[in-house]
Amino acid sequence: MVIEVRNVTKKFDTFTALRGLNLQVQPGELVALLGPSGSGKTTLLRVIAGLEFANEGQVLFDGKDAGSRHVGERRVGFVFQHYALFRHMTVFENVAFGLRVVPRQRRMSDSDIKKRVLSLLSLVQLDRLSDRYPTQLSGGQRQRVALARALAIEPLVLLLDEPFGALDAKVRKELRRWLRRLHDDMGLTSIFVTHDQEEALELADRVVVMNQGAIEQVGTPEEVYDTPATPFVYEFLGNVNRVPCRINNGKVSLWGIDVAAETHDGTPIPEGDTAGFAYVRPHDIELTPVGQGEPAVVRHVAAAGPTARIEVSVQGVVPLIEAQLSRKRYLELGLKVGQQVGIAARAARVFPASASPSPMAGSVSG
Amino acid sequence: MIAKNSGEEIFRTKINPITEGRAMRIGLITASLAYMLLFLVLPVVTVFVEALGKGVGTYFEAIKDPAALSAIKLTLLTAAIAVPLNMIFGVAASWAIAKFDFRGKSVLITLIDLPFSVSPVISGLIYVLLFGAQGFFGSWLAEHDVQIVFAVPGIVLATIFVTFPFVARELIPLMQEQGTEEEEAARSLGAGGWQTFWRVTLPNIRWGLLYGVLLCNARAMGEFGAVSVVSGKIRGLTNTMPLHVEILYNEYNIVAAFAVASLLAFLALVTLVAKGLLEWAYGHELGGSRT
Repeated sequence: MVIEVRNVTKKFDTFTALRGLNLQVQPGELVALLGPSGSGKTTLLRVIAGLEFANEGQVLFDGKDAGSRHVGERRVGFVFQHYALFRHMTVFENVAFGLRVVPRQRRMSDSDIKKRVLSLLSLVQLDRLSDRYPTQLSGGQRQRVALARALAIEPLVLLLDEPFGALDAKVRKELRRWLRRLHDDMGLTSIFVTHDQEEALELADRVVVMNQGAIEQVGTPEEVYDTPATPFVYEFLGNVNRVPCRINNGKVSLWGIDVAAETHDGTPIPEGDTAGFAYVRPHDIELTPVGQGEPAVVRHVAAAGPTARIEVSVQGVVPLIEAQLSRKRYLELGLKVGQQVGIAARAARVFPASASPSPMAGSVSG
Repeated sequence: MIAKNSGEEIFRTKINPITEGRAMRIGLITASLAYMLLFLVLPVVTVFVEALGKGVGTYFEAIKDPAALSAIKLTLLTAAIAVPLNMIFGVAASWAIAKFDFRGKSVLITLIDLPFSVSPVISGLIYVLLFGAQGFFGSWLAEHDVQIVFAVPGIVLATIFVTFPFVARELIPLMQEQGTEEEEAARSLGAGGWQTFWRVTLPNIRWGLLYGVLLCNARAMGEFGAVSVVSGKIRGLTNTMPLHVEILYNEYNIVAAFAVASLLAFLALVTLVAKGLLEWAYGHELGGSRT
């Protein structure tokens, strides 16, 4: 099913949660809505589900306006952040719920319902726990019950709100893989909300990066990670060094390379000398023996694991710069705290200061 | 090894760091027990002792008296009307307050509490002022030959007013704590409004509701002040059990007074036991206002 969001705006009293969003999701896609809290990602998911209604704009399912259809009529499976299992019902009854509330004329027979529920429970590997109550289950088990319950109504679309948020790291990883397989096997179109970039990048076909009620970038995990469209995406996705610099006639010379400044919305770069920020990923930084490159001093070393994280201070740059070196390179240089080194950049991108979010803009919730 | 040894040592020395000394504990427990005996147990026991003081025969005679029987009937009738009405209202109001946002919500919450904050006598007086002969609707009611004050309808109205908050007070915190996610889940699975209410909301609050109804019932049967103002105390017609007890007592008919009172006390005990059992079995599902 093609899901299309057209110009959707959603306001709560004085607060605008979504500002004229446009998004299209293709059949069979697994899409992540990624953003900090308060960015509107959950609201967008709820508008698509029909749990909230947009003030302006439309949600189209296969080209048909879903706005007049209530959540129950949209054939969406919604998995809530805290699962929202019916606490007074057994696992079996939870999963059967969607089948039992169907009007009598169209309802399956009790034996068919039973068959269906048991097959769903075996799909989520919970067939032995069908008589338990939600409080008697672990977090991961509850999550799977919630999923089985949502799947019982044979949804065309599966919507998941922070599906792994409340689980510990190990269970989270397992469930992630399992969900991906389920999505592929059942041929669903799925959208899930997360604030965890690693989760979004690993699991999704496409990632929608959101900030303050607007979409910053839509792309494959590689696209959003390798070529962030905006300074916000740069700062939100992965580690990045944000180096204040001066843009001279649209160009910046930084640590041995020349970079052309750019803007994400196509506004021209001001002529002459303006303030800007260069974004450099830690793995795009090379440290060299002293004498080559820009002079720098090693301030911290964290060398456990396959890569070494080195923090250096560069003259005239306020924040410490993080560099990531292979273990081999780190040993070659024999780096120690206080040592003088040279710093060089392999790649960087520059945005004018006016286009950059203030530091920590991502964590402002509203 | 060292950590294990020191752990064992802690267990061996039986000093519990978060309790008081032995003398202090015994003193406090004795004091609270004595207080309870004096103010709670003694009066209840007295009721039964006095009631049965002149033998079981006198006891049952006092209860079989037509005026007493009529008081019992009226009390049961009043409760039978007031409790279901307040139950329906209480569920509706708490559902609205806990699950929806609307203008005037805080006003509604305050209004629900009103009967608790107003003296019962005033509650009764309101109905006299509204429906009495000199009251606001008095002449209209007289023209249409409808008697409210000094008759059964007035008693029922006053009782409804006084017991208004019990169910709602019990359910509001419970429903607020449960939130709306389960209802949303039900809706997303295709359930309609009624189905959601009967299959999800109501089962989730059933024990809290039963608890609220018990408290409401106890008060409906025991209410004195408000009912006393509107009843007119016509023996055999508008006397409820508490009013009947008072009349008997004022007539120095001590045994009969205590006999009827013992019925009320017995009812209270049953309610308390039921409440205790509920709390014991479903405490985690009950709401916060356990007053």
